[in-house]
Amino acid sequence: MAQPQSLYDKLWERHEVLPESDDYPGVLYIDLHLIHEVTSPAGFTMLERRGIPLRRADRTLGMADHSTPTTPPTAAGQWQYGSEDARAQVEKLLENCERHGVQLFDMGHKRRGIVHVVGPELGASQPGMTIVCGDSHTSTHGAFGALAFGIGSTEVGHVMATQCLLQRKAKSMRIRVDGELGRGISAKDLILHIIGKIGVDGGTGHAVEYAGSGIEALDMEARMTVCNMSIEAGARAGMIAPDATTIEYLRGRPMAPSAEAFESAAEDWLSLRTDNDAAFDREVSIDATAVAPTVTYGTNPGMVAPIDQPIPEPTNESERRALEYMQVTAGKPLAGHPIDMVFIGSCTNARMEDLRAAARVMRGKRVAEGVRMLVVPGSETVRGQAEAEGLHEVFTAAGAEWRQPGCSMCLAMNGDIVPAGKTSISTSNRNFEGRQGPGARTLLASPATAAASAVAGSVADPRIDLRAVEVA
Amino acid sequence: MKPLLRLTSSIVTVPQANIDTDQIVPARFLTTTSMEGLGHTAFHDWRFDEDGNERDGCVFNEPIAKTSEILVAGENFGCGSSREHAPQALADFGFRVVVSSRIADIFRQNAPRCGLLPVVLDETEASWLLQHPETVVTVDLREGFVEFEGHRARFEIEPFARHCLMNGVDPLGFLLEQEAHIKAYEERAA
Repeated sequence: MAQPQSLYDKLWERHEVLPESDDYPGVLYIDLHLIHEVTSPAGFTMLERRGIPLRRADRTLGMADHSTPTTPPTAAGQWQYGSEDARAQVEKLLENCERHGVQLFDMGHKRRGIVHVVGPELGASQPGMTIVCGDSHTSTHGAFGALAFGIGSTEVGHVMATQCLLQRKAKSMRIRVDGELGRGISAKDLILHIIGKIGVDGGTGHAVEYAGSGIEALDMEARMTVCNMSIEAGARAGMIAPDATTIEYLRGRPMAPSAEAFESAAEDWLSLRTDNDAAFDREVSIDATAVAPTVTYGTNPGMVAPIDQPIPEPTNESERRALEYMQVTAGKPLAGHPIDMVFIGSCTNARMEDLRAAARVMRGKRVAEGVRMLVVPGSETVRGQAEAEGLHEVFTAAGAEWRQPGCSMCLAMNGDIVPAGKTSISTSNRNFEGRQGPGARTLLASPATAAASAVAGSVADPRIDLRAVEVA
Repeated sequence: MKPLLRLTSSIVTVPQANIDTDQIVPARFLTTTSMEGLGHTAFHDWRFDEDGNERDGCVFNEPIAKTSEILVAGENFGCGSSREHAPQALADFGFRVVVSSRIADIFRQNAPRCGLLPVVLDETEASWLLQHPETVVTVDLREGFVEFEGHRARFEIEPFARHCLMNGVDPLGFLLEQEAHIKAYEERAA
């Protein structure tokens, strides 16, 4: 009998152009290459210096998302960039994509958005694929049962030139999540809880598969949130086996297999799931019923605490420094900690369900005095749908800013920044020192927690609002 | 890319754990379309205050940082984003080797592409170096060891990355040579 294989084993084996040896890494074929304005210029430069063509434009999709403005264009149709460099970078992407025949979702395109939101929306990200992008949150697409991971700019050039990458197979880790998440608890709380358990380098050297009843119960958007933050635990790739939820999400999407080809594709996708008895280098078990609304208190995504529990005492100099930077106190819970800014957005949490969750909490309420709130949809599609549902009116009536799609304040390279010394509660993925602007302090949380905090003016438990809704 | 075989240098030490790529190159510098001349962005917000003045007490502003070719850092160095600007900036700043007890996966894979050798030592050795910033260290890539104070510690590096660093070449040449295999794969998979 054949050796039982994991999802990762199957994905790897299907894409092996040449197996690895002692002297050489394996040559791995890449099905889909997503490119954006920040990490693609070096790849294009490499092609041009060497005089080689981009090998598979049909397997490449370009997206303007990182440096792009989130304010609307002027009446004359001019986009207001944060800097001339940012404008030049986006223009360079357009020029490069035109020259090499790459389909680009440029400013003004009706399906533009954050690359990790749009790929799945289009049905371009499919089970069984290898998907790479010069962006560490490429792990998001692993939610479809794809091997998806971030690469550097040199590797972007390698894929452009050869549609392949040199890779050694990683070790494997399975994170089993059993039980059901409580009411008001989201996938974001779950993944923050997981990172807190295994640590920011707990997944280093591993490809992670999330499994178990707690994962199977999640919809695709929630699965994407989980896989998205795999890199925050050190794992380049996170993945979830395709099932009926995956198939129904993909059915009818513009780049998914056509109706005639769909059923046989779906059958193949289901065969990717990890065989019984497949071996993993490491197994971790998580109880979903024990997950509370979870918020970070420090300067890496592993420094998390349940919202109503005391912030742990620091155990080393790095942690002491982090608490000092964040101006939080060990022994006190985060609930009630004052905030200045709220950011709902990013490839982690800017999809429909995220906006709906935030709007549910905010409906009929106001953003607290002195707090500034940005809501940045993940794509034009999300923006359109949210506006059709009237969610934008919930946010603007509350005093929040409803913006154009993009990465925005997650990494603050487009001019959307948190000022020095200010504290933001953010649905993004990184709370590093200065991530949202020099001297900015970031608390990572779910959309519901961020929205409840916006109303309270301090970190607030969204479950309290939900109870109020039920009583009413 | 300059070949790297063996070097002896003073060290710059940053003991913090989990130094992420946003510390190494803040995102606002990523609007460039060139990977050249990024040295000025390396640890920018550690080195300079809001007005652009050098911060006192930052090791990267000390004279030793101008001449050292080896950076020794706390565990899980280079975590966070995949920006290759991070190893590129360190290389352009003058580092040729980065030593830690653990280096994040993507940074570790990107570093050799920039001519920067990632060296992972065990925790005792790495923390000894962090506590002895005056140490002079020899790194021998051919033999795969680092040597300091008469102590020799072996390190592992992916053999092909080692080959590329020792010869100062990018792996693209090797990949391009696999064209027949790539074509055969595409025909098989179609």
